[in-house]
Amino acid sequence: MPLIQMQHVSKWYGSFAVLTDCYTNIEQGEVVVVCGPSGSGKSTLIKTINGLEPFQSGSIIVDGISVGDPKTSLTALRSQVGMVFQNFELFPHLSVTENLILAQVKVLKKDQSTALEQGLKYLTRVGLIEHKDKFPGQLSGGQQQRVAIARALCMQPKVMLFDEPTSALDPEMVGEVLDVMVQLAHDGMTMICVTHEMSFAKKVSNRVIFMDQGRIVEDCTKDEFFNDSENRSLRAKEFLSKIIQQ
Amino acid sequence: MELDFSFYNWDLFKNFLQKGLLFSLQLTLVATIGGIVLGTILALMRLSGQKLLIAPATWYVNLMRSIPLVMVILWFFLLMPSIIGKSIGAELSAYITFIAFEAAFFSEIVRAGIGSISKGQTAAGQALGLSYSQNMQYIVLPQAFRNMIPVLMTQTIILFQDTSLVYAIGAYDLLKGFEVAGKNFGRPIEAYLLAAVVYFLICFSLSSIVRKIQSKVAIIR
Repeated sequence: MPLIQMQHVSKWYGSFAVLTDCYTNIEQGEVVVVCGPSGSGKSTLIKTINGLEPFQSGSIIVDGISVGDPKTSLTALRSQVGMVFQNFELFPHLSVTENLILAQVKVLKKDQSTALEQGLKYLTRVGLIEHKDKFPGQLSGGQQQRVAIARALCMQPKVMLFDEPTSALDPEMVGEVLDVMVQLAHDGMTMICVTHEMSFAKKVSNRVIFMDQGRIVEDCTKDEFFNDSENRSLRAKEFLSKIIQQ
Repeated sequence: MELDFSFYNWDLFKNFLQKGLLFSLQLTLVATIGGIVLGTILALMRLSGQKLLIAPATWYVNLMRSIPLVMVILWFFLLMPSIIGKSIGAELSAYITFIAFEAAFFSEIVRAGIGSISKGQTAAGQALGLSYSQNMQYIVLPQAFRNMIPVLMTQTIILFQDTSLVYAIGAYDLLKGFEVAGKNFGRPIEAYLLAAVVYFLICFSLSSIVRKIQSKVAIIR
C-alpha cells in the first residue's frame, strides 16, 4: 500500500478553485518533486497532506490515517509528517537546541535528555553542532534552513514535506541546503519537495509532479519528464523550456 | 506670591506620603498583573473564533473603553454595597475596578501583540504537532509578549498616573497624601507642585527602566 494516497482532492476559496481533482500515490522511500508555475497550487497541495490546508472534497490517506476525517487527531498525524518551510520558521525566541527539542518533549512526551540526544544527533548530521547554543537570528539563512530540517527530522517523520526550501535563500546558500536534502534522499527518506531546483529534481527525484492552475498535469518519472518532452503537455513543455533557458 | 517649601522634610514623608505612595504603587502593580492576566484571557477569547466567546469579550472591552475610568471607580464603589449588602472599602474597591478596567486596555495590546506574530510561526508549530494551546503557550505568546513589552510598560505608566483618580472614592493614595499635607501646613500650592515633581520623577524613571528591560528581552533577529 502506498504511504500516501491522494484521491480526487479539490479545494476552493469561494468560487475560486485552488486544487481540482488531484490524484496521486506516493510510495515509501520515493522522492517526488512538485513543480509548476507560481500560483499553480503546489504549496497548497503539499500542505493538504499534513492538514495545514483543509480541502473540501476527496480523500488523503497518510499511512492508513485519513487526513480529512474529523475524527483524526491532526496533532498526532502532523508529528509524523515533517515539514520544512520557505521562510525556515525557526522559533526566534528559542535557542537552536530548544527549537530541536520542544516538540519532542511536548508532543512525543520524550524526556529532556533523550530529546536533547536526538536533537544533537540531527544537528550533527546537518553539520551545525557548533551552533547548538546560538539563536536562529545569529545564523545565516542556509544554516537556519538546515536547523529547520534537523528540527523536522527529530520527530522521526515517515515523510518529509519541503515547501520551496531554497527560495528564500541567497544563491550561495542554496547548495548547502540541497546537500542536506540529497543526503536525506540517499538515506531513504520519503520526500515531497516543492522546488524550482531542477538540478535537485534531476539528481535525486524518482518522480516529478507538474501542476498548473490547481491540477496535476504531469505525474511521471523524472526521465520521462526531462528527457521525453515530446510526450509532455504543452504547459509542461513551456515550463521546461523556461527553466532550461535560465 | 512666595513659595515656601520648608515644611517638606522626612517627617512629612513618613507621616503623610509614605502610606499613599505605597498604595499607589501597590495598586499599579496589582492592576498591571491582574489586568494583563484578565486581558490575555479576553484577547484569547476574541481570537478564538468561537462566537460564544467572542461576543461577551468584545462587548466587555468596548463597554470599558467607552466609560471614563473615574466613573467606573465611582459607580463600582457606590453600587457594590447595594448589591452585596455591605461596603467593601475604598481600597479593595479600587483594586477590583482597576483590574477590570485595565484588562480591557491590556487585552487590546495583547491582541495586537498576538497579531504581530506571523502565520508561518503558528504553521510551523502546528506542523510539529503542537496543539492550539501548546502553540499559544510556547510559540505565540512568548514572542508576542516580548514584542508587547514597550507598549505594556507604557500602559503601566499611564496606569500609575491614573491611580490618582481614586480620590473620587476617598482612598488614600500618593496625591491624597500631598493634599492632606498641604492642608495641614496651609501650603496647598507647594504641595501640589511637589506632587507633580514626584509623579514626574517616578514616571520618568519607569520609562528608563522600560528601555533597559526592552533591550534585555528583545529577540535576536
